[in-house]
Amino acid sequence: MTQIVTAPALEMRGITKRYPGVVANDGIDLEVRPGEIHALLGENGAGKSTLMNILYGLATPDEGEIALDGNPVQISGPSDAIARGISMVHQHFMLIPVLSVADNILLGEETMANPIFLDRNEAHRRIVELGKRFGFEIDPEVKVGSLSVGWQQRVEILKALYREARILVLDEPTAVLTPQETKEIFEVLRRLAAEGHSIIFISHKLYEVLEIADRITVIRRGKVVGQRVPSETDEDDLAALMVGRNVQLIVDRGESHPAEPRLVVTDLRVNDDRGHEVVKGVSFEVRAGEILGLAGVAGNGQEELVEALTGLRKPISGTVELGDRNVTGTGPRDLQKAGMSFVPGDRHRFGLILTFPLEDNLVLTQYDEAPYSRGFLRNDAAIHARAKEAIAEFDIRTPSATVNAGTLSGGNQQKTVVAREFSRKLTALVLDQPTRGLDVGSIEFIHKQVIAKRDQGAAVLLVSAELDEVMELSDRVGVMYRGELVALLDAPTAEREEVGLLMATGRRDQAALAEATTSMTADLHLAEGGAEPPTTRTHVPPPPPQAGNDDDGSTSS
Amino acid sequence: MDLLYQIPVLGFLFQIVGYLIDAVVNTNLAPQTLALATPIALGAMCGVMNERSGVVNIGIEGMMLTAAFVGFMAAVIVDDAMPDAQPSAFFGFTPALLVGVLAAIGAGMLVSALHAWMSISVRADQIISGTVINIIALGLTSYLNRTIQPSGSAGTFDSFDPPEALVDLPIVGWIFNMFLSQGPITMSVIVIVIILQVLLFRSRWGLRTRAVGEHPRAADTVGVNVFALRYRNVILGGIFAGLAGAWLTLEFNASFQNGMTANRGFIALAAVIFGRWTPIGAFGGALLFMFSEALGVAIRSNPPPGDLGVWLSGIQASYPSIYNNSFSALPYILTIIVLAGVVGRSIAPAAVGQPYVKEGAH
Amino acid sequence: MKLARRIYALSIIPIISVLLALLVGAILIILTSPVSQGELDLLLPIKAYEALLEGATGISFLDTDDGTLAFAFSIDPDRAARALTSTLVAAGPLVLTGLAVGVGFKAGLFNIGGTGQVLVGGIFAALAGAAVAEQPVPVAVTIAVLAGAFGGALYGFIPGALKAFTGAHEVVVTIMLNSLAAFVIIGLVNDIFKITGPTFARTADVGNAVLPVLFGRDGNVGILIAFAMVPIAYFLIYRTTLGFEIRTVGANPSAARYAGMSPRRLIILTLSMCGLFAGLAGAIIILGPSLGYYPAVFGTTIGFAGITVALLGRSHPVGIAFAALLLGGMNAGAPAMQIVADIQREIIDVIQGLILLFLAMEVVIRRVLRVRAESIAPEELQTVSASYGQGSTT
Repeated sequence: MTQIVTAPALEMRGITKRYPGVVANDGIDLEVRPGEIHALLGENGAGKSTLMNILYGLATPDEGEIALDGNPVQISGPSDAIARGISMVHQHFMLIPVLSVADNILLGEETMANPIFLDRNEAHRRIVELGKRFGFEIDPEVKVGSLSVGWQQRVEILKALYREARILVLDEPTAVLTPQETKEIFEVLRRLAAEGHSIIFISHKLYEVLEIADRITVIRRGKVVGQRVPSETDEDDLAALMVGRNVQLIVDRGESHPAEPRLVVTDLRVNDDRGHEVVKGVSFEVRAGEILGLAGVAGNGQEELVEALTGLRKPISGTVELGDRNVTGTGPRDLQKAGMSFVPGDRHRFGLILTFPLEDNLVLTQYDEAPYSRGFLRNDAAIHARAKEAIAEFDIRTPSATVNAGTLSGGNQQKTVVAREFSRKLTALVLDQPTRGLDVGSIEFIHKQVIAKRDQGAAVLLVSAELDEVMELSDRVGVMYRGELVALLDAPTAEREEVGLLMATGRRDQAALAEATTSMTADLHLAEGGAEPPTTRTHVPPPPPQAGNDDDGSTSS
Repeated sequence: MDLLYQIPVLGFLFQIVGYLIDAVVNTNLAPQTLALATPIALGAMCGVMNERSGVVNIGIEGMMLTAAFVGFMAAVIVDDAMPDAQPSAFFGFTPALLVGVLAAIGAGMLVSALHAWMSISVRADQIISGTVINIIALGLTSYLNRTIQPSGSAGTFDSFDPPEALVDLPIVGWIFNMFLSQGPITMSVIVIVIILQVLLFRSRWGLRTRAVGEHPRAADTVGVNVFALRYRNVILGGIFAGLAGAWLTLEFNASFQNGMTANRGFIALAAVIFGRWTPIGAFGGALLFMFSEALGVAIRSNPPPGDLGVWLSGIQASYPSIYNNSFSALPYILTIIVLAGVVGRSIAPAAVGQPYVKEGAH
Repeated sequence: MKLARRIYALSIIPIISVLLALLVGAILIILTSPVSQGELDLLLPIKAYEALLEGATGISFLDTDDGTLAFAFSIDPDRAARALTSTLVAAGPLVLTGLAVGVGFKAGLFNIGGTGQVLVGGIFAALAGAAVAEQPVPVAVTIAVLAGAFGGALYGFIPGALKAFTGAHEVVVTIMLNSLAAFVIIGLVNDIFKITGPTFARTADVGNAVLPVLFGRDGNVGILIAFAMVPIAYFLIYRTTLGFEIRTVGANPSAARYAGMSPRRLIILTLSMCGLFAGLAGAIIILGPSLGYYPAVFGTTIGFAGITVALLGRSHPVGIAFAALLLGGMNAGAPAMQIVADIQREIIDVIQGLILLFLAMEVVIRRVLRVRAESIAPEELQTVSASYGQGSTT
């Protein structure tokens, strides 16, 4: 059999990129063949996104060169990259919620009727046709903000395909998808590869990479540390490469010994900002000494549920009891006094004040309690003392207690929030996406802390879009779907597949799944009773940009 | 009709409505309103261009004032240099007036360029930048006005005289009167509004502008040049602020007084918010706000008949100053009501006010 | 050493901004000298600024008696006393309007309504003062001053409540309220509160409520009141729990809610406080020894000047005090400058606007002039613009 030698579709040689204080990419080589699905594996902060930003023209390398089909090129910006056939599907959707699907796809590559006006009719036709080619039914006039996360992902991919990309870069595409949706996307990718497109698949999820990739390049701390073919490697090998040491990616949570219920939610109903009911009569209880994990694709009511439980939003009806107190509808202050601690999902927006000193952040939720505050006056000495204590106990890496919180790395920022919330007298602990965007070391630390808290008798409610995290830590698993708690399972007997199916359809059957994944309108109408689909906040807010001395200096993983 | 008016309480309401309709259709109220609304609407167009692109601009007031002064001065200088120039039949154009308008537009664009630079490149706080422009504009134009003390004037544009046949049409005649018996700048307003409205929602420029105002990073990643687009839109917006200034000193008045914009630039902002950042909506807002002021003038010169008129005259007699000032205050009260009622839901372009930092930049 | 470095870092940009503004002002003076003086006069700025300085402080460095320009440094004690008194009298209200803006900035709010709040404070003080005109001086003064503070607080409460409950951005609302205050008060004074007798419409004399003079011709208690607010504001903002809440809301309103604070309550409280400061400014102007009543056509621009003072002072009470002295001095010296150098006093407004411009261009100045001190710019400004189009707070 003769080998036809073709030039690689893409070659990146010796790419180096430095940011103040960190070398994001250090002499990276990457080679992708036509029709290949090439995975770029590395943990959060390893430098994968920086490399792809360089490819896409969003950054320029300090050293190194790029060649397309064997010809060296200089990529000056996204329009240049697009013109050369490189398209990128970003981790945090670059979609504009108030514009329609068509407008989002058109932007930058507008189909024109004449030099001034858009030709929306032609564009609509092309989009619908393109969707059909890949097996889904698109309604180009729907506003993107009303789509579910999975469908927004598809729109992002369509954006790339509309531009006839030859090289498609997908940055953590499955971060917000259910296992079933992931399978669907993989089908689409395989079809694209068969047609000759090259695909670069960035991920930190080992089993996915093993399943979809033809070749895997592993990056750690800005350097390529290895290249593998899936048939010749396994998860442990890849994990060791990725992190640089033998790492326990899954913490052993041991046995739980649940006692009395601490947090009891009964028939809770919550509206979103637009007045639509997004939590529809949810009931559950969390007992002392157990971790209840709520799985669910982002946008199914978890955010509003968490806000209602932590006092940031008033429920319409139903009750919330903390210990023996009815705390329904009370504000954050009273809840915190009653023993509720909360680690928010968006630490930059809620958890910390980046422009305030670290020590102020360490007592943020207790600022008005003794000893930090005596009546009208603040007690600076007590705040200093507590800061010193917390920094030592939680191993927060910082030059001092008075630097602004914004200068810490993501992991240390989250440790600050954890140090503050875990050290109080807890009746119940609510965690929302506690390890999003963090490096493996920090994730490990925080997971261990959570389990320790449980063993000390706290009632822990964990809400996370990372199914793996939920499965790893929870003693019981609940699934949120379209505002309802559609299942409550005991973790030891729950199957990942089963949970994934529940996350995607709210039911355990496959038929509903098939429909929802191929038709946008069916998906939009899936919620029975004419209720509106989730609103503009369906897409996962990007993890806070990492500032200061951080992992790789760029604003994505 | 009079019978309706006699009904206690409700009759009062009928009187008000009757008076309004009569005033709009039969008097100068409608053309007056459109004329007064001109600087507001033009300022609002500037506001829409800026804010749809993501740049907050509260310096419209200062831009207008600067343009008014520059336009006036330019016109006076040219007029002094060409004393024998004959006004053309076309709106009474003279070289002086023409130069004046162009100079005003230029001034508007120049000041906008400053705001653009401060907001987009320097990334200063945009509200501060707008405030700075307002303060400097007021101080500078006042200083120069006092120092130079221009005497004389270049006159104003003539209004167009619409054919009697159109104006006398029943029912719709007053609309023709409203839009046609105006000076050139006022007549151009509705055209500008419609063009901007169509372009904003149907053209490529409009799509890119709205994208940049909502989610600049998304636009950036598909190859739209966010900075260039914002710069262009802000500077082009200055054209409208400049026209508004020109209207003040070349079509409405024939002179310049310190601070003559009298907060019109801010009413324009309220019109933008009222109109949900659309040109047509903002135009409607401008008409609404200025209707109250024009109405005040109309009532004082032409008091309504019947009980309503008697009541109003009574107030005017006992509290003349409060009476007069109330009408002047109406636009401002309306503005506050609109701001309080309309901005309940966040409908501003999502990224407005936030300077854009490119990915990877420090 | 650390303190010195901190002071340097805090004040270097303001100082450079002032110098640059004076420079550009000088260029403007030169450029317009053909019109104002009849001929191009390159030395005019020096004469103008000298007059300005002398009017503000009594320090003179030129000797122009014989028509030529010679450097001669001199301080006439009487002149200095009068000049410094004028400066302090001008600075008093500026400190207060500066605080009215600066405290707002700390909470992420832009209070441009200083002018309206000053007017309302003034009219309240005038009317209350007239009512207690016969009371013993301490009682009358206290009541009139408190009335002014109350009036201003009321007029700050309105935009605060509007913003808290409807999300209406305070910038446009307060500008509207400024005009509204003028119209309403003119109407009220002309029609209701006017007294017969004087040739122009005004309210009754406040009699014993006039602020007692302490030194000079009009150096009065109002100056003390104004500057006493500085340590009070400092203590409030940096040492109390309430101050921490205000700063937190300004830095990150979402985190403030999460921490158990009520942004709504804080917005209302802060804007009312801002109004209180501005109202006090109105009170000490109206109750000053040179007035003692409220003229119907009373107008002032110190509301806007307060913005410059606040930004120049980095929203810090001590900085505001210094900035108020600087701007007060310029205002005090402006008449002298007009007389001696024949420059219209509006140039001062231009220079103050330029100071603001250069402050806003801080980033550029740092880069161009290679200033190495760390940036201590007010960060709360991000919240001001960011809240522009948003709905109501919770």
